[in-house]
This record gives sequence, C-alpha cells and structure tokens, in this order.
Amino acid sequence: MVRLEDLHVSRTLSGRKHVLSILVENRPGVLARVSGLFSRRGFNIDTLAVGPTEDPAISRITLTLDGAVHPIDQVTKQLHKLINVLKIRDMAPDDSVAREMALFKVSAAVENRAEIVQFAEIFRAKIVDVSRRALIVEVTGSHDKIEAFESMLRPHGLLEMVRTGEVALARGGD
Amino acid sequence: MASLKHEGVEHIFGIPGGANLPTYDALVDADLRHVQVMHEQGGGHAAEGYAHASGRVGVAFGTSGPGATNLVTAIADAMMDSVPTVFITGQVRTELIGTDGFQEADIVGVTLPIVKHSLLCTEASHIPQYIHEAFHIASTGRPGPVLVDVPTDLSKEDIDYQPPTGPVELPGYRPNLEGNSKQIRIAAKAIANARRPVIYSGGGVINAGASAELREFADADRFPVTSTLMGLGAFPASSDQWLGMLGMHGTRTANYTMDEADLIIAIGARFDDRITGKLSEFAPNAKFIHIDVDPAEISKNVPAHIPIVGDARLVLPKLTREYQSLQTDSSRLDGWWSRIKAWQDEYPLGYEPGSDGEIKPQFMVEMMHKVTGGDAIITSDVGQHQMWAAQYYGFNKPRRWINSGGLGTMGFGLPSAIGAKVACPDEEVICLAGDGSLIMNIQELATAVNQNVPVKIFLQNNGYMGMVRQWQELFWSERYSGVENGPSPDWVKLAEAFGAKGLRCEESGDLEEMMEATISHDGPALLDVRTSPRENCYPMIPAGNAARDMVG
Repeated sequence: MVRLEDLHVSRTLSGRKHVLSILVENRPGVLARVSGLFSRRGFNIDTLAVGPTEDPAISRITLTLDGAVHPIDQVTKQLHKLINVLKIRDMAPDDSVAREMALFKVSAAVENRAEIVQFAEIFRAKIVDVSRRALIVEVTGSHDKIEAFESMLRPHGLLEMVRTGEVALARGGD
Repeated sequence: MASLKHEGVEHIFGIPGGANLPTYDALVDADLRHVQVMHEQGGGHAAEGYAHASGRVGVAFGTSGPGATNLVTAIADAMMDSVPTVFITGQVRTELIGTDGFQEADIVGVTLPIVKHSLLCTEASHIPQYIHEAFHIASTGRPGPVLVDVPTDLSKEDIDYQPPTGPVELPGYRPNLEGNSKQIRIAAKAIANARRPVIYSGGGVINAGASAELREFADADRFPVTSTLMGLGAFPASSDQWLGMLGMHGTRTANYTMDEADLIIAIGARFDDRITGKLSEFAPNAKFIHIDVDPAEISKNVPAHIPIVGDARLVLPKLTREYQSLQTDSSRLDGWWSRIKAWQDEYPLGYEPGSDGEIKPQFMVEMMHKVTGGDAIITSDVGQHQMWAAQYYGFNKPRRWINSGGLGTMGFGLPSAIGAKVACPDEEVICLAGDGSLIMNIQELATAVNQNVPVKIFLQNNGYMGMVRQWQELFWSERYSGVENGPSPDWVKLAEAFGAKGLRCEESGDLEEMMEATISHDGPALLDVRTSPRENCYPMIPAGNAARDMVG
C-alpha cells in the first residue's frame, strides 16, 4: 500500500548553475519565443548562445541559468510547450563538455606587455591583435577559466571585453 | 478556404479589411457561414463562445493592424482559459513588412506571450499546411489559441490545394495523453489510504470531455467533489457529493474540505491564486495527486506528490479501475462525510431576501434557473454577477457555463453568447451581464440582430462596477473611486435602437413573468433588471488570505 505520510515532493531548486542545450526548429522568431518565455515567466538567463547544428533545419540554443533561483524543471517544461522546441538537455557537468570564448582588449604599454603575454601562455590564450596601446587576447575554456583569466587581466586595464556565453555538448557517442 | 473546409469549419466570426480582402473574396463562393461582427474583439469572444459551447475549434478573422490588435484581448482570454481557437489575420504585403506600412502591426510579435502557437506565412504554398497545423495545435493536448498571419499578396495567389494525406505531424509537439500506468496505480493506492480525500476538478475536465468519467470516478467511493469556476457543470450540482465551487467566492464547505483534506485529487485544474489564496497556508494537511495534460502545470504552483500527465478522459477510467480493484472499505470515509455534512448544514449559501419588491441578484440567478429549467447555456461577463451565477445557478451539465475565468474579461458575455448560439441554435442561450461589463461590447447586439442570432441578455443592473465597489467598501475604507456607472445608457431604448426587444424589471414579483417574456420573444432581447445596488458577494476569501479566513 501507499501510505500518505510516505509521499514526498522532490526538491524544486537544485542550487547550482545549469547549462541547457535546446534544439529548435530553424524558423523565424524562434529565439524571440524562447527569450520571451524567459522574460514572461521571470526566469533570468545568465548567458545565451545560438548557432547552427549539423542539420540546417535545426539550431541549437545553449543557455545557462541559476538553479538556486529558478526551478529548472519548470523552466524546461515551459520550454517544451513551445512548438518549435524539439529537444532540451540539461547538461550534467560530469557528462558534458562546456566551453566559452572571450576576447579581451587590454591596455598594454611596453613595460607590461611581457606579463600579459605570459598570462596568455599560461591560459593558452592567443594574442590576436596588437596595436601601440592595446592587445586583443582570445581565450577559450570553461566558464571558471575565463573568469580567472579576466581577473588576471583586469589590473592591467581592461578596455573592452566580449564573451560568447557557454556552449556545450554531451560526452560520448549517442 | 479549402483547408478550412477540410478542418470541418462551418462558422467564422470576423470583419474584413484591406489586408484580408482576398480571403473575404474567397468566402463569397465558400459554403461557410460568416458571422459578420461589429468589432474584432467581439468576433474573437464569439469564436471562444462557439468553442466553449461545442468543443469544436472557434475561428475568427481580422484584417491587419487594428483589426489584428483588436483581437488581442480575445486571444489572451483564450490562452488563459485554454479555449481551442484559430485566429486568422491579414497582414500587409510581404514586401511592406517591416516598413511601417499602412495598417501594419507585428501581430505575431504582439501576441507571442499569449498564444499557444503562431504562424506567419512566408509562401502561399505554405498556407494550407499552416492552417492544418493551426487546427491540430489549437484542438489537441491542452487547447489554446493559434494565430495564423497571412500577408495579402500570399492569400491572393492561386494555389493548388492538396488535402493532407495523414494526421499533422510536428516533431516538437506530441502531447502525452495516456497517463503513466504505474503512477495511476500509485495514485489509486494513495486514494485507498486516504481518510479525507477530495476531488478538485477544473476546466480541463470539460475540455477533455471527461464529465462522465469524472462522475464514475467520484462514484467509485462517494468522493466529495468541488470544482473551479471553469470546471462547473462537469460534475452535476444536484449530486449529494457536490460541495459547490471552491476558491475566493466558493462555498465554505468546499474551502474547509480542501483545508482539512489529507489527499487532494486535482484533475485538469491549475491551482491559480483565486483557488489557493495564500499559498503557504493552502491545504496544509494534504498530499496532492495532480492529473493534467499540460506537464508544466504540474508542480507549477503547488508541488504534486503524485503527478500524472495525461488527458482526463483517458486517465480517469484507468484510475477508477485500479481503485475498484483494491476493494477498499468505504466506511473509512464516514467520519469525513459527517464533518462535511456538518459544514453544509452550518454554512449553506444564502442571502437576505429582498423586501418591498427589491430584486436581490442571487434571487435573480435562482429565478433564471427556474425559468430555464436549469438547462440553458449561460454566458457571463466578469464581476459579482459572474460569481452569483457560479454560486446559485447549479450547473448539471458541461458546456452550459461559459465565462472568462482566467483573464477576467469584462464584455465577454454578449459576444460569447452569440458564438454559443451559433454553435447550438437549438439551445436557449442567455447572457447574464453586468452593467459595467455589457457596455464594453454592446455593439455586438447589432450582430445578434443583423445576423439573426436570438440571444437573450439578462442584465443585472446595479449601477456600479459592483465587484470593484465591493473591494473598495471592504478593503479600501469605503473610498469609492470610479465605480458609479451613472444614469446612461437607457438600456431599454438602447436595445430598441439596435432593433432588439428591450424590457425592464424593477419589482421582484414581476421577474419571473418578465424573464419568460424575454425568453419567448422571437429574436434578441435585453431584460434590464434593477437589482440591489450595494449587495456584496459572499462568502469571500480576501485576496492573499487562507480558506479559514473566509468572511461573510
């Protein structure tokens, strides 16, 4: 028998960051539907990246959001209601690879250039543009790595930066 | 047109304009009844009323720009109440889109948050496919509004129509209807162990056409049944197991039963704030079984202990069978029923009878029940009269009670009555209106006259925006603001100006006769009933309070 006192509800807040990989039909307005859903339901997107997939009829939206604030289950259920949303995968950190790319424009006078280049090497970043006053550094990696790199560069004078937001794929062959 | 015919469309509500001229041209030769309305909002609500009354998809047309934006309230309304509807709007020529052309509005963009889905046609050859997709999406799973926006150059093109060869297949849309049998078994066992169960039924039961299945389930063990505003009629109000509506203006019995229940079986209901009141104190002793075709409703507001995603018509018979196979001793509910009966005896719905011929609004609803045999299709506007109808009419069948529950759209009653009458010409259709609401879409009285749709309007005229006045009286220190409707219009003359019959009733002794005269009139008619101006609608859970805090 099922005793009522043994029935429990599952916890709604996971307390961690989630990366959702959403496959959508490549149709006009799909991104507006997804982003509109988030704003209407009061879900806050941390990062968002959109691009093509191996199938030209399908695009992938990768977005990250905070599971300490939002019930991820409710978010994915609402997303599934959008007709153009085909598949949603909540990328578990251990079973997926997530990467972000960033470009940093750093003020680089002659005397501190060497140090920036050295940081770049440690972080496997690349110098992609050099001018008299500034360098542009390109770095790819996990969210944490980019954060760490940014904090190293900041003291040198971060003039501008752009980050793509994370993209992710599940590990394995399926 | 061919694709609409293929979908079985027989009636369309709408207004032509520049951008849907080609569609209206095609209507000339189509074997469809076009009900020309006076305002697109009215057409949209008429399509909703049609869908509510018949269970079929309601269709409304509007032109681009203002025609389309006038539909917005009806679209939002259909979304909130899960009404299967398809809205087809004209759009400016493809080459003009994005140029702020004459009568251009990005209606797909405007309505994104309030549609189940929307489709903007970019090629003429897509139109039939989009129409079929729209009907499929609107009518299956959890129903809702679908918008199809068609630029005028595309609707003008001649295309060869090929009827679809099979059902619509959409890779991102496959509603789960069956219900997980393991979950259903667990639910049956939980119910067997419950000593204080209650069924909380919603509009989803009506949408699913599951009234008979609900009744069988409730009869499996004398389960008490309450329902939301939208669910009224799915379970007969004449049954001994019926507790009345629950929620803000529900019965004390229904709300106290929820408050003390140990197991709540929610079916096609969504735990909205008018039901739960203060969420943290809602049904504090209960575990929840939640059956809904929309998985996103489950655990949205109240976490479900046993979620079951599925269509009520398919899930309920399985649940009934599983439950019956457990051979439970039904005497365990005796104590629960004596508690419920005590509440029913102590807190029946009631009101002070009127004196000196005063017409109490509750009495008016009871009289409506009497003169219609309780068997009419009643539509309503939004406000006190809506709640009194829900409390006092006693709906025994589904699809007899048509109102705007979720969005709460004043002005819904008359156009939805027209839609219901078009869908069910042999049924008596009565719009119970409020004077604040009726004026908002009174232009549709011309539709009723011009299109020969003999709806009856019973106007509960108290001279106020009654529900707002009640809130100002109770919660805003009687500081009345913007709630007096004033002497205009003269409703009888107004009805006559439209070509309808107008009657007035000011004495309770005349009411029955006047109602009968209104109903027996061969054509649209309006009965202006002067009811107690300052009557309040009770009982009531003040917003944000718990069931135990009911007043009145």
